[in-house]
Amino acid sequence: MRRLSLASSLLAAILAATAPASAAETLTVYTYEGFPADYGPGPAIKTAFEKECQCTLDWVTAGDGVALLNRLKLEGANSHADVVLGLDTSLTAEARATGLFEAHGITPKALAIPTPWTDDQFLPYDYAHFAVVYDSEKLKSPPKSLAELVDGPADQKIALEDPRTSTPGLGFLLWMKEVYGDKAGEAWGRLKGRVLSVAPGWTEAYGLFTKGEAPMVLSYTTSPAYHVVAEKVTRYQAASFAEGHYLQIEVAGLVKSSAHKDLAKKFLAFMMTPGFQDAIPTGNWMFPAAATSAPLPDAFNALVKPAKTFLYTPEEVAKNRKAWIDEWLAAMGK
Amino acid sequence: MMQREALPALLALTIIAVLVAGAFVALAAGAVGDGEALAALGQGYIWRAARFTLVQAVISTALSVGLAIPVARAIARRPAFPGRRLLILLLTVPLALPSLVAVFGIVTVWGRAGWLASLTGIAPPLYGLAGILIAHVFFNLPFAVLMLTARLESIPAETWRLARQLGFGPAAVWRLIEWPAIRAGLPGAAAVILLICVTSFTVILTLGGGPWATTLEVAIYQALRFDFDPPRAVLLALLQMALCLALMAGLRATGAPMAPMVGVGRARGWQPDVRGNLGDGLLMIAVGLFVGLPILATVASALANLAAVSSEAGTIGRAVLTSLAIAAAAASLSVGAAWSLVIAARGQDWTGALARRVAGNGAVLLVVPPFVIGAGWFLLLNRAGLAFALAPLAIIAINALMSLPFALRILMAAEEALGADLNRLCANLGLSGWTRFRLIDLPRHAHAFAFAAALSAALSLGDLGIAALFGSERLLTLPLLLQQRMGSYRQADAAALAGLLAALCLLIFAAAGHAARRRTEADAP
Repeated sequence: MRRLSLASSLLAAILAATAPASAAETLTVYTYEGFPADYGPGPAIKTAFEKECQCTLDWVTAGDGVALLNRLKLEGANSHADVVLGLDTSLTAEARATGLFEAHGITPKALAIPTPWTDDQFLPYDYAHFAVVYDSEKLKSPPKSLAELVDGPADQKIALEDPRTSTPGLGFLLWMKEVYGDKAGEAWGRLKGRVLSVAPGWTEAYGLFTKGEAPMVLSYTTSPAYHVVAEKVTRYQAASFAEGHYLQIEVAGLVKSSAHKDLAKKFLAFMMTPGFQDAIPTGNWMFPAAATSAPLPDAFNALVKPAKTFLYTPEEVAKNRKAWIDEWLAAMGK
Repeated sequence: MMQREALPALLALTIIAVLVAGAFVALAAGAVGDGEALAALGQGYIWRAARFTLVQAVISTALSVGLAIPVARAIARRPAFPGRRLLILLLTVPLALPSLVAVFGIVTVWGRAGWLASLTGIAPPLYGLAGILIAHVFFNLPFAVLMLTARLESIPAETWRLARQLGFGPAAVWRLIEWPAIRAGLPGAAAVILLICVTSFTVILTLGGGPWATTLEVAIYQALRFDFDPPRAVLLALLQMALCLALMAGLRATGAPMAPMVGVGRARGWQPDVRGNLGDGLLMIAVGLFVGLPILATVASALANLAAVSSEAGTIGRAVLTSLAIAAAAASLSVGAAWSLVIAARGQDWTGALARRVAGNGAVLLVVPPFVIGAGWFLLLNRAGLAFALAPLAIIAINALMSLPFALRILMAAEEALGADLNRLCANLGLSGWTRFRLIDLPRHAHAFAFAAALSAALSLGDLGIAALFGSERLLTLPLLLQQRMGSYRQADAAALAGLLAALCLLIFAAAGHAARRRTEADAP
């Protein structure tokens, strides 16, 4: 066992080397991977908040929104989390049902999102609509509606995400349901021929798309902004669908078992200010949920502006998710 | 009475049992869930998934192992083939690549916009069963080839000398020497491969083309992740393990123990026929291309994108160190545990029988989904308030557990090839314990130890699932960093990191191979 203890002390040394120096009070925020990364919005937010609060902000990451919620469920009342940042509106009903969150007590007057907001436990920090993103060098006439996507030519493929394992996959399922209602199963059956792959997550689907395997992918209206701003590439565009687009709102919540609730509430209030929101557009590549100190980059103004927004309530999603996934399986699984 | 030599093995077995059972019990008993876990077994969905799991796994295994036989034979009988060492090194990479990376390497070669398509103008039908099979053969053919090659190379020089004296033709060499050696190695290698294919997840969903391709692993993942129903996840994991044990029993029935061939030298030194030369060469080149091109695609894309990550040497360096520390610790544990079982399996009492049984079925550990064990232990440690403090140890232990079946298979195969006569000889000479290890086992098994350690290290290096569950910004491994970049549009960064990961794997295997050769040469009479 000597090797083991050697290795663990080596790891401990690595941990110590990378751990932040301890300050007066520490706020622990659970978020998804990528948020606190060097290129993500995390570092700027941390700096801005720490300057304001005289405290230390500590990020702890789990894979994505779903993993975040699971992590919290596994930890239960023992959680180290003060704030959980990174759930979305398909998950908040389930998150609420755990009883692990409590009311944030904030009236979000500054909130600027495409839908009214009344949730007392979760606060939005950014949003985007789902969209079919296409490669304009390969696809000269992209679909102009969900109907055109569903009934379009089978040789122009789309890479989708699996609603059983990923949030965008579930988002697209809900979008189809909003538009087609009881006929959603039939629509999936017609779309099936155009589907290149139903990947386990956004990462795999988007990778297939940028590798040129499919000229279309299910992503976000904001995706083209990344390519324009960060890569100076304009070939990737989002298709505007006549029926409207399904909305994803990312939210944060206050954890009931937190020992630093005042600080946590301060952070949630800070979330609605430019100190936080400025980092969102080109850090998280989503639309800010409140005002930023400067106008958004031009690339954001050129993005698709949905004529209509679809959004099921969290309760509707929680109640019907299983049945709707079964419907999808029946149509696609043959 | 029990032999002292068996004590480490019993300790290892106890730890393994506690690791697996603890996680299952914690998840099944302690968590939420709607109490309707058993209802899952009544769903057609689950049984369709079970059937597809088995069908794709059996075809993938048959292809991998079937193709491996002629390839291993070619490699074993052409020791002077130029590029042979490079080919063997290439074969070590696929198992250790995170499937996310390997899938994109395969897509670059076989995809609709891939190299083959642009060369021939025809896109291979990658998305569907064909893609799943290509990916599974890419992952597993190399392991089968390496295992079978080791078997062929363990045929002692005395046997070859005898064959020459008796004037064996190629047919007789195949029937009387090569096939028995291969056949003895088949069930073990096939079992490991079968179980890897059973638990396939990223490959199935990304290349399968739709939910018709759903494995039990997908259902388990879905149960634990999206539905957060731990009891159902545990039940499905148990169902998967039961199916695999049944499959393995079937496999074992097809195998036959090899009559031990005792001898000193391992050099082949004789070739009954040179007419096969061209065929062997072409075969080796074809396999080299099949395995090498997706790796080349990964490395080429990495080189093209190196600039993207050049400014982040600090973050990446830390991630590399963390990954290497985890990999080294996990490999030590895994090889140590595997070796303790090999020693115990020499015993003639109940401990020996137990160790042999475990060695025969140990591969079933491969189908325990790591995220189930991870979640179970996270739950337990968290209840004790230790999830953060012990995260590194938990990651190491679970990684060691997941690579144990490989280490066990490799070391057991090496031991079986030596034969029981050697044990009798050592007993007669009074060689045991450390002395025997130093004088006999280490020199004879140097290559097996090196391969087992390198493979265990590489598997842990490529791990995504376990580190992700316990992970935090402070315990960022290289694959986590890669996944993070890929999930934030940063595919140039991800490509560079994937190349780095592949390069590290190659380096580990090259270093291990070098160490083994030095060890063997140092002890050569």
